[in-house]
Order: sequence, then C-alpha cells, then structure tokens
Amino acid sequence: MTDISTQKTTRTQGKFDHLIYVLRENPVTLLAFIMFAFIILSALVGPAFVPYDPLETNASRALQAPSWKHWFGTDSVGRDVFSRVIVATRLDLSISVAAVALSFVIGSILGSIAGYWGGWLDSVLNRFLDTIMAFPLFVLAMGIVAALGNTIENIIYATAIINVPFYARLVRAEVNIRRDAGFVRAAKLAGNSDLRVLAMHIFPNALPPMMVQVSLNLGWAILNAAGLSFIGLGVRPPTPEWGIMVAEGANFIVSGEWWLAVFPGLWLMFAVFTFNLLGDGLRDLVDPRKRT
Amino acid sequence: MLKVKDLAVSFKTRRGDVQAVRGISFALARGEILGVVGESGSGKSVTSYALMRILDAGGSIIAGDATYSGLDLRNATERDMRDIRGREISMIFQNPRAALNPIRKVGHQIEDVLRQHAQATKYNARTKAIEALKAVRINDAEARYEAYPFELSGGMCQRIVCAIALACNPRLLIADEPTTGLDITTQKAVMDLVRDLIRERKMSSILITHDLGLAAQYCDRIVVMKDGMIVEQGDPKRIFIEPQHSYTRKLVDATPRQGESIRSLLPVEDRIDIPNHVVYDAPLLEVRNLVKTYQGKSGPVHAVKDMSFKIKWGQSVGLVGESGCGKSTTSEILVRLMDATSGEVLFDGQDISAIAAKDFAKNPLRSDIQMVFQDATDSLNPRHTSRHTIAEPLRQLGKMRGAKLTARIEELATLVGLPSALLDRFPHQLSGGQKARVGIARAIALEPKFLILDEPTAALDVSIQAVVLNLLVDLRAKLGISYLLVSHDLHVVRLLCDHVIVMKDGQIVEQGPADIVMNTPKDDYTKTLLAAAPQPPARRQKAQIPGGNPC
Amino acid sequence: MSLRAAQSIPVVIGVVIISFLLTRALPGDPAVYFAGAAADEASIAEIRIALGLDKPVIQQFFIYVGDLLQGDMGQSISSGQPVASDLANRLPASLELTLVALILSCGISIPLGILAATRPGTWVDHLCRVLVTAGVSLPTFFTGIVLIYLFYYLLGIAPSPIGHLDFISLDPDHITGFYLIDAALIGDWETWLGAAKQLILPAITLALFTLAPIARMTRAAMLTALSSDFIRTARAAGLSNRKVLYVYAFRNALLPVITTLGMVFSFALGANVLVEKVFAWPGIGSYAVEALVVSDYAAVQGFVLAMALMFVALNLVIDLLYTVVDPRIGFVAK
Repeated sequence: MTDISTQKTTRTQGKFDHLIYVLRENPVTLLAFIMFAFIILSALVGPAFVPYDPLETNASRALQAPSWKHWFGTDSVGRDVFSRVIVATRLDLSISVAAVALSFVIGSILGSIAGYWGGWLDSVLNRFLDTIMAFPLFVLAMGIVAALGNTIENIIYATAIINVPFYARLVRAEVNIRRDAGFVRAAKLAGNSDLRVLAMHIFPNALPPMMVQVSLNLGWAILNAAGLSFIGLGVRPPTPEWGIMVAEGANFIVSGEWWLAVFPGLWLMFAVFTFNLLGDGLRDLVDPRKRT
Repeated sequence: MLKVKDLAVSFKTRRGDVQAVRGISFALARGEILGVVGESGSGKSVTSYALMRILDAGGSIIAGDATYSGLDLRNATERDMRDIRGREISMIFQNPRAALNPIRKVGHQIEDVLRQHAQATKYNARTKAIEALKAVRINDAEARYEAYPFELSGGMCQRIVCAIALACNPRLLIADEPTTGLDITTQKAVMDLVRDLIRERKMSSILITHDLGLAAQYCDRIVVMKDGMIVEQGDPKRIFIEPQHSYTRKLVDATPRQGESIRSLLPVEDRIDIPNHVVYDAPLLEVRNLVKTYQGKSGPVHAVKDMSFKIKWGQSVGLVGESGCGKSTTSEILVRLMDATSGEVLFDGQDISAIAAKDFAKNPLRSDIQMVFQDATDSLNPRHTSRHTIAEPLRQLGKMRGAKLTARIEELATLVGLPSALLDRFPHQLSGGQKARVGIARAIALEPKFLILDEPTAALDVSIQAVVLNLLVDLRAKLGISYLLVSHDLHVVRLLCDHVIVMKDGQIVEQGPADIVMNTPKDDYTKTLLAAAPQPPARRQKAQIPGGNPC
Repeated sequence: MSLRAAQSIPVVIGVVIISFLLTRALPGDPAVYFAGAAADEASIAEIRIALGLDKPVIQQFFIYVGDLLQGDMGQSISSGQPVASDLANRLPASLELTLVALILSCGISIPLGILAATRPGTWVDHLCRVLVTAGVSLPTFFTGIVLIYLFYYLLGIAPSPIGHLDFISLDPDHITGFYLIDAALIGDWETWLGAAKQLILPAITLALFTLAPIARMTRAAMLTALSSDFIRTARAAGLSNRKVLYVYAFRNALLPVITTLGMVFSFALGANVLVEKVFAWPGIGSYAVEALVVSDYAAVQGFVLAMALMFVALNLVIDLLYTVVDPRIGFVAK
C-alpha cells in the first residue's frame, strides 16, 4: 500500500533510554533528580556518617555559632545541629513517603470506583470527601493526632487521611473523562471485564497527572509533619525532626542565635523544593507521549 | 485586490525551523471566490493566518509579499492590521461553538466588533447588532441577541460567527474550514448563506477546505496546495476533468462521487480488480422493534424508537443519518456495549439482547461481533504499542500466547498493510492512516462474522480515506465479514454498501438496496440529504480503469 | 442554588459527627482538670456528673446537638466562658489577618500570573515559575521566624511580635472587632498605625504561603484561555489587546481562579494556626492550640466545628459567585 510513512523507522526507546532522554531534555529535571538522590542518600546512610551522635548532649558546648568543628553550630544543650539535621531526614522522609503511599492507594481505589461506575457510589463518595475537605486540613490533622495519640503512626494516618481527597478527586475526574473513550470500549470488546478495563486500561492513563500530585504531596506531608511537631503534637523531643528543631530554635532567634532554627528550616525547604521540582520530571517519565 | 507573491512562512519549534509555506503566489480579483484545497499539513490555513498576521508566536513570514488593495500586509504595523481585521478582512473558523466566547452574550460579542471599528456608538450598538443578526438570516434576532453560545445549535453558532465577521462590511472574507464537523444539511445551509451574502455585498472570499467537491461547488477558482506549495490552480471544472499535476489527480480520484466504483478512488496504478463478495440470503443479524429510552436532564430522551431491520450473511449495510438521529446508540446496542430498553437482537438465531451488556465480555459470541471506532486517536490506548493493542483481543478471548500470538499479529499486520516496524510504536508516533489500520487489525483479529464500522474514515485525509476504504473492500472479500457502516458521508456509503438504511429522530425513514435508495429516493428526508451532499463535477466517460466495469 | 444548599446538609451533619467523635477521643479527663489539683475521687465524680460526662456517648451526642441548635457550644474549661463567645471574641483577629494576607497575596499573584501567561518564556515567566515552586516549599512557621529575625532582630524596623497591638496603644472601641476598621471608623489614626504595624509581618508570612497556588492557577488558566479558539476569533475581528486580554481571556480564566481562592482560603485558615503561634496573634488558631494542650473538649470541638461550618458557607458563596461569572452552570442540556 502506498500509505507507508516517510518517517525513518527508528528504533523505539526502551524504558531506560527514556529515563535518560527525560533527564537530558529538561535540565531542571536533572537538577531535581540529583537533589533527590542526595536526599535519599542522606536518609539511607546519613546516620552512619554524621560526625556526632545526634542525641549526645554537652552543656559546655551549648549555643555555639557555626564553625569548622560544628558546621551548623550547637543547640541549647550542646548537641550538634548538623548531625541532627541529617539524621532527621530519615524520619521526615519515611513519614511523608508512608503517608503519601497510603493516601495514593486509598484515594485511587475510591476515585476509580466513583469515576467509573458513578451513580450513588459517586454521590456518597463526594459527600464523604466534601466532609473531609470541609475541615481546614491542618486543623483536621491536629485533631486526629491529638485524639489518637502522639505517635509517628498517627501522624502518618492523619496525613494520609487529609490527603485522600486530592487523589480521589483527581482519579475520579481522569477516569470519568476516559470512561467512554474508544479504547475503553475496544478493551471491553476484547473480552476484558469491567474491573480489568478499569485497572489495566483506564487507570494507567491517569498516572501522569497523578505523579505531579504525588510529588507535591510528598512536600506537603513533610510540611505537615513538621508543622504538627512545631506545635507540640507530633514527634516528641529529643528525637531529631526538622519541625521540632525549628520550634526549639524559635525561642532563641529573638536573642540572635539564628542557627538553631534556620538550618533545619532551610533543609526542610530544600527537601520540599526538591519534591516539587520532581513533579514535572516524574510526569514526563510516566507519560508515553513524551517518548520519541 | 489581493496579490500574494512568493510568500513563505516559517515556525520556530524545538527541533529547529519548520517551513509551513514555501513560496506561493496567487491573486484574488474583486468579487471572486477562491478555493484553497489541501490535506492536513499542506499549509492552507497557515497562509490565511499569515495574511491576517495572526500567526502563533514562533511563526513569521520570512519571504515574499502580500498586498491588499495596495497595502503591504507583511510590513504593516500592528495598529494598521488591527484596523484592517474585522473591518476590511474578516475570518470565520472551524468549530463555531468553540469560536465564540462561552460566557458572553452573542449580541455583545457582535457589539464589541462594531464599537472597536467605530461602526457604532454605545447608543446604537444594540440596534446595529440586531441588524447584523438579521443579515445572516437569523429569525427572532431580538431573542437570539441575549443568548449564550451553549444555548445555540452548531449551525446557529456558525451564523453568529458570520454575523461577527460581516458586521463591519468587510471587502474580503476568509473562511477556514467553516463546515467541518457540521451535519450535511447544516453544511449546505451555511455554505449557501455565505455564498449568497458574498454575492449580495460584492465581496471577495477565500474558502479553505480539504473537500475538493465542496470547493468545486462553491468557488470560482481553485488553488491546490501540498506541503506548503501550490501545485495547480484553475477553473474547478477543468481541474476535475483534466487535472495536470499528479497530486491533483490523486485528490480528484480520491473524492467520492456518483457513478464511480470504489477502486476509482485510488491512483490508476493501484487499481486492481475488485474482488467479489458473496451475499447470502439468510440473515446474520435481525433487529426487531428496538427501542432505547434514557433519562436526560429534562425528561426522557427517545434515542431509538422502534427500529427493525436485517443484515444478511456477507452483506454490507450502510446506516446514514445526521447527528442525534440515533445511529450511534443503535450501533452501541448491536455491539452489546449498551442494553436496549426493549426489542430483540437476534445474532445467528440467538437473542443476544437478552444477555446483559456487562456480562457479554465473557460470552463466546463476543469475538463474533466487533467494532472499528471513530476518531482513531481516541480508539487506541495512548500507553500501548500497536502490538499490544492488536494482541489484546487475541490474548483475552483467543487465549493465544508466545510464538502463536506473535505469528498471528504479524499476519494481521500484513493483512492490513501495516509495516512490522510500526508494531512497536505508540499511537502518538503513528499517522492517521496507520492508526486506522491498527484499529482494523484489532477488530478483525478474531475473525468476527459481523463488523460495525463507526465513521471509520471521518478524521482522515481524503487520499488516506481512499486507501482505507479499499482495504475494507479487500478484507470483506477475503474474510466474508458482514459490515454495518455508520456514516454521514453518503458517497462513501454508496460505494461500499449493498443495502442502505436512512435514520432520522430514532426511526428508519427509508431502507433498501443502495442503488435504489441513492438514485431514486422515496422519502423527503432522504431526498434532502442527497441534495445537500456536495456534488463534484462528473469526469469524462473515458474512465482509465484497466479492463472491466467501473461499477 | 437550593439544590446546592441541600447538598451541604449531609456535609454539615458529617462535620458535626466527626468533630464530636474527635474530641471525645482526646486524652485526658476534663473532670479531673476542672476539679482542680487537690480534689479527691468523690468530688471528681461529682464534677463528672455535673458536666454530663458519665452518660453514654450516644446520649452525650444528642445533648450536644440539642445545645448546638440553641447556639450553645458549651463552656470552655480554661477560660470559664461560653465557647461561642470566646470564638466570637477571637474570630475577628483571625479573619483580619487572613483577609489582609489574601488581599496582599492576590494583589501580587494575579497580576504576576497574567503577566507570565502573556509573556511565556521571558524572565517574567521564569520568575513566576521559580516563585511558585519556592513558595509552595515554604513552611509558614519557618518563614515567620525568619522574617522576625530579619526585620525585628537584625533590622529593627518591625515591632516585637507580641500580638494584635503593642503595649502602648489601647484597644479601639469594639465595633467590628477588626482593629484596622474600628480605628479608622473612630478616626484614631495612631492606633490604626500601631495595629497596621503589628499586622504587617504576620500578613506577609501568610501571604507568601498563598502566593504560589494563586499565581500558578492564574498563569495556567490564562494560558488555557489565551490558546482557546474564541480568542483567535476576537483577534481576527481586530479587537484591541486590552479587550482581548481582560474582557475575553481573563473573565474566562476567572472561573478556576475563584475555585483556587476557595481552596487557598481553607489552607490559609489552617496555616493560621501556625502563624498565630509564631506571632502570638490572639486569634482562634492559638485558642485552639491552647485548648488542645489541656484537652478542653468544648473549646476544641467548637473551634473545629466553627472552622468547618465557615468553610461550607464559603463554598456556597463561591458556588454562587461561579453562577454569576459563568452562565453555563446550572444549564440543562438540550
């Protein structure tokens, strides 16, 4: 047939090639991935390499400004701020990853069901989500943690609950617009049951926009956990956690000892910033339309 | 009045500069309607955007001149151009509802243009706007003035767009695919209106379209474009009867018209004999008193109101009708994606309407009834390669795996003319015609007895359409499939089908053998439909088909 | 419109139930707290009966709802006042802060978003994107602290963060509870200035937090609107740039921006808690934190309920606004 394309038939990309392509295409993505790698590394092996024990106190070294001995200075009981900041990475990261994973799974299931089958399931879900979203989210998290107890698990559950609506809404919308698409009907004609069509054909197409949401959420979750700790509801001292450290440091900033609060805060910002930058890159990675 | 010389337009893209228009020259006389015809990517729309200087950011005129009544369009200041746009040169676009501001009353949108060009003051703007509405033959103009675009039909929206364009009495009207997406009867109404208004006001016009037949019917002269260049210009009749350039000849051949065979859509060298397809007397599909009613927002909607018809083994039946007639609903019910409200559908003697749609996926009859979908882009999963898409039914219903599966996929690819290198590509890496082939390969993978084709070529260029239609003809002869072709394009239906069913408002108004219904229609609606379809000039009787009948 | 209001009812009911359950799950026994340190078992039990805490939970719930319908949110243990009046007293301070912050924020982010959309790829666009990404990363409590450090400690131009008004000035007469408005109404410009000075840093902190989502949505919505077909029609008809941008594009972009504003307001109310703590702002946020720490049932419940109800009301207002801006809402399909 004369319709054969005049395009060169190039070798199509495998998954790894696509990763390299995405990283090269957008320098911001590359930067984000490098920063992300650094954070993961410090979470995984950081505690083994820090110069001082994050819990070790030494009153004689209290409140020392940043120096070559203590890069980030020392706090009110003489602990090395740098070591504490790095060790806190593991905790904060685990909390946010666990919370986001939980809300991703629950939100996706609820949203898919509501978006695909509609009807009363959809109405009920909407009312339920409206109710959760009616509470200013941080306030709700505060309430849940206060009610259930000041443990790390509860912080994770609280953060997960308040984030479910975002995923559920997003997935619901994405599933809804594709529900009657040609390829969905074709999948049914090919003998797939409704569940298979939803899980294997429709849902994977909702992944690219969800990736952006996931990365934003990872950032929010860290901010949430830190905020809760800041008002005394989250992680308890002396565990090193960015939020607590800023809270403790806040008392000293008015008297000029800025390093107690500023370094943990900057690190917190750095982590959240990385996750936000990562969003677009993750989406490009997951979107087949970006492949050439 | 308009002189274009060696015009070239280029776009800056990520992958370097792309030349959309590469040196074209033409002239437009006063009072003349010029048709610019080409397929997608020919640069026909870009030309008009360049003349109006409304190219997207990144596009610019890099060479040549364009003069309008002495004014240099290329070098005019933006201020001068704003003055010209809407007042001297106006443009109307495709997709009329999207072309109107959705949250602004249509009357106000007309006023905006009038006041911009100082054709009306705050005080008489409303009166003048209503006059503009009346000029495009809108009844009840006073009431329509207050309407929002979403409250109006497609045809009405296009009239409003015309009203906006003509409000300030321009000398030149550019119409960019104004009828694409509209029903045939609406198409005719809009084109007739536009032509009448142009003649009345002694305006000139450029009609941009992909439909050579439409251009031949309404234009004084035609210009054919391909890949940013003009390949031929001239009188419409002459172009149809004696096309000079090979591309023009290809386009002319591919335009379906009365009295020719489906092979004549292809270039001469590809016209092999049409294989015969056998039609048996026994019915494969029998539809009895089909009814579908569903709950709309303002009361029940009767999509299908008591339809009955038969499709014989090996027969190709065409289902024609305009949008909203119920043909899509009918095909969804027949393919068992939707349940009927009442009535029976007998497939090979078995009542398949008794089996619920949601249970049909696991039914052994599933592989016997398949569908080729409209809009090839939407019908392929963006995350699946062509191979995966074609393999899906083979895996799920045919339970094929491994070497057997691969072999069958290759076999199907060859059958539909898809090069195997394209099997590992994603839909966004394929052309329209290639995607259509993937959709067909998927549909025939399990050798169905009955195939519903839902506007399979609506989104394709005319030359690609020719190829795909011929492919369908070859396949049916080889595989003995019965077709139900759902289409709004009467010429295509005539070429492909043995039997035709005409639908209106959920009911069959006429049905019968294709020749009889198309040549001697009995029902008024059928007659309207046939009269509304563009009639390209017939070619001379010296048909160049090697041996055999043209029909 | 009435359908929309009716749809809020189940949400309100849900909110009441959840806030009740949450607070009943709080640790600590208010009877003990109320009775005081020296109380013995018997008096604690008496107090418990007096507070109605010995009854089964379901019964407590219905008593609670009954009281609510009469406008009685119970008594705050720490302040001794009815919760409803406590909230009414402290609400204006929070609202003043949030509203000023939002106005500040919109004043910058909306023009920035429009500018970035009309000049894609230029430095304005890049600035907007950097601002947005950085903005979403800022922890409010941290920014507040940094601002205090910079402007109060280092530069000395901001007043000390001790709340609504400094020591010198007296509270203006209570008309609305909004210090800025009250002071202006009685012409007391000294107090007005004092209140404004205290307001600046916390408002900036909150505004920084809300800048990002508004700018991002404005930019995205404007980009979508500007690439629509009807803009092409408007340009082809020769309409001026101003008309195309504001009347045609921006009004269409307004719709998603309004939705985002609603979301942002809710976020801001939540972030309020943190900002109020940092700046010792006497709003309902700090009221809630204090109540939480001492397990003051009624106060926490009242706070959570009040916030949620405000948000439901806000949503209704936004939906109403939507129907004004977009005539397609509520349209019955033909």
